[in-house]
Amino acid sequence: MEFLSYLINGISMGSIYAIIALGYTMVYGIAKMLNFAHGDVIMVGGYVSFYATSYATAQLLGEDPSAMAVGMATLVSVLLAMLVCTVLGVIIEGLAYRPLRQAGSLAVLITAIGVSYFLQNAAQLLFGANPKNFTPVVGGQLTFFDGQLRISYVALLTVVACVVIMVGLTVFTGQSKMGKAMRACSEDKGAAQLMGINVNRTISMTFAIGSALAAIAGVLLCSYSPVLKPTTGSMPGIKAFTAAVFGGIGSIPGAFLGGLLLGIIEAIAQAYISTQLSNAILFAVLIVVLLVKPSGLLGKYVPEKV
Amino acid sequence: MAVLLDVKNINVYYGAIHAVKDVSFHVEEGEIVTLIGANGAGKTTTLQTVSGLLRSRTGSIEFNGKAIQAVHPHKLVAHGLAQVPEGRRVFQQMTVEENLEMGAFTQPNSTVAPNLERVYRQFPRLKERRRQIAGTLSGGEQQMLAMGRALMSNPKLLMLDEPSMGLAPILVEQIFEIIQSLHQAGTTILLVEQNAQMALSIAHRGYVLETGKVVATDTGKALLNNEAVKKAYLGG
Repeated sequence: MEFLSYLINGISMGSIYAIIALGYTMVYGIAKMLNFAHGDVIMVGGYVSFYATSYATAQLLGEDPSAMAVGMATLVSVLLAMLVCTVLGVIIEGLAYRPLRQAGSLAVLITAIGVSYFLQNAAQLLFGANPKNFTPVVGGQLTFFDGQLRISYVALLTVVACVVIMVGLTVFTGQSKMGKAMRACSEDKGAAQLMGINVNRTISMTFAIGSALAAIAGVLLCSYSPVLKPTTGSMPGIKAFTAAVFGGIGSIPGAFLGGLLLGIIEAIAQAYISTQLSNAILFAVLIVVLLVKPSGLLGKYVPEKV
Repeated sequence: MAVLLDVKNINVYYGAIHAVKDVSFHVEEGEIVTLIGANGAGKTTTLQTVSGLLRSRTGSIEFNGKAIQAVHPHKLVAHGLAQVPEGRRVFQQMTVEENLEMGAFTQPNSTVAPNLERVYRQFPRLKERRRQIAGTLSGGEQQMLAMGRALMSNPKLLMLDEPSMGLAPILVEQIFEIIQSLHQAGTTILLVEQNAQMALSIAHRGYVLETGKVVATDTGKALLNNEAVKKAYLGG
């Protein structure tokens, strides 16, 4: 029973990693860059949702608001977070990454790290360094076996959101015209241009989608571990990046699988081996996987074209 | 005949290297025009400048009466200019049909189905393989796919960059037959080729490029019999 509850814990945390990893993998797949600021967009999403909810609670909702009103306020705050993050993602891409389209990948990587620190410090300036106490978007839990096994609604919501997003992205990239154009850009930007595809707009679109996912991940992450501070997104961001590489970067099912596995390994390692060492174990597993299968679990080995 | 493409005095550089020097040529509606020349003569550079992937420092490029030298490459397709790039560059991980759909990216959705049907009539082999991943096609099939993909936009001018490259002689002949049948169906064609013999034998007019300059121009037939051209490009 204990094991089952650790496992469920791992799956729900893994679902958050998976949502973040999906954002990483979308951007990497199409723009061929690692957006290390992705984790910090998560944090921005958390803050937007936090302030929107606080404002609603303090100003809009009365003394004893109905569950309906609270629910609406939460939903609006999540949508607002998605909107702000989407705009932020498009701005980051346009200002920081687009001028470097022809530059080497190291320059882009360093810029991404720079953007990451910029966002963290801007958040510290704007929102302060003191952690905020985030109210989970949904409270309560399900109890099984006379209270021996508890599953919070947040955990359930996270898993459902993750599956819906994964399926949605798969259908989008597989079936829609824009999604196919994204795959075309991912393979050959020059040839895509010759088809009449606007590569810059397609990449912006990818950042918009990735950042909207980051906002959702931010709200879920803060609901799960309700301490919100400027560095909140940084460690989950790195772990989700690991998950994306683990599953095969660029692959949507890979990011999903990688995220879930990472969450489960982390939860089991924390429970049975050592809380302090859990991160070390996590990254050790990654190293082993990459030694055995350098393209990740579901990644395809694509030889460099000559 | 109206001039469809008019290129005047373009100069293109790769950094300090002057790759295309004061090149001018034109293509009239209904023609097959070929640019021939050795490797490195500037043929592909010229074509990529027309399609906007590279920029000329001087001169003008007019297509269908409009100046296009400053137009973004992704907007040219909608003007009626389609390019089959060197090395085919089909989307390897997408299916044959998805590749063709990408060719119709700028077209209204209602035209995709009739265009697909037309391309499948021209290339029955592609229809057989429509669900296959493009990377698994043979070289000749990939060339057909690249051509079919370009035709999906109903271009006024089809620019082909080395369509015979890397293909077996029998396939080269097949590709040239296809080019001729596309021309008969009403498409104007600008053909860049190293295979001068084949290109000149189907072209109305040709331009010979050498180290970035146009050194000769004449009808296809005349160039085939031109002693200097024979010596340099036709093996005797």
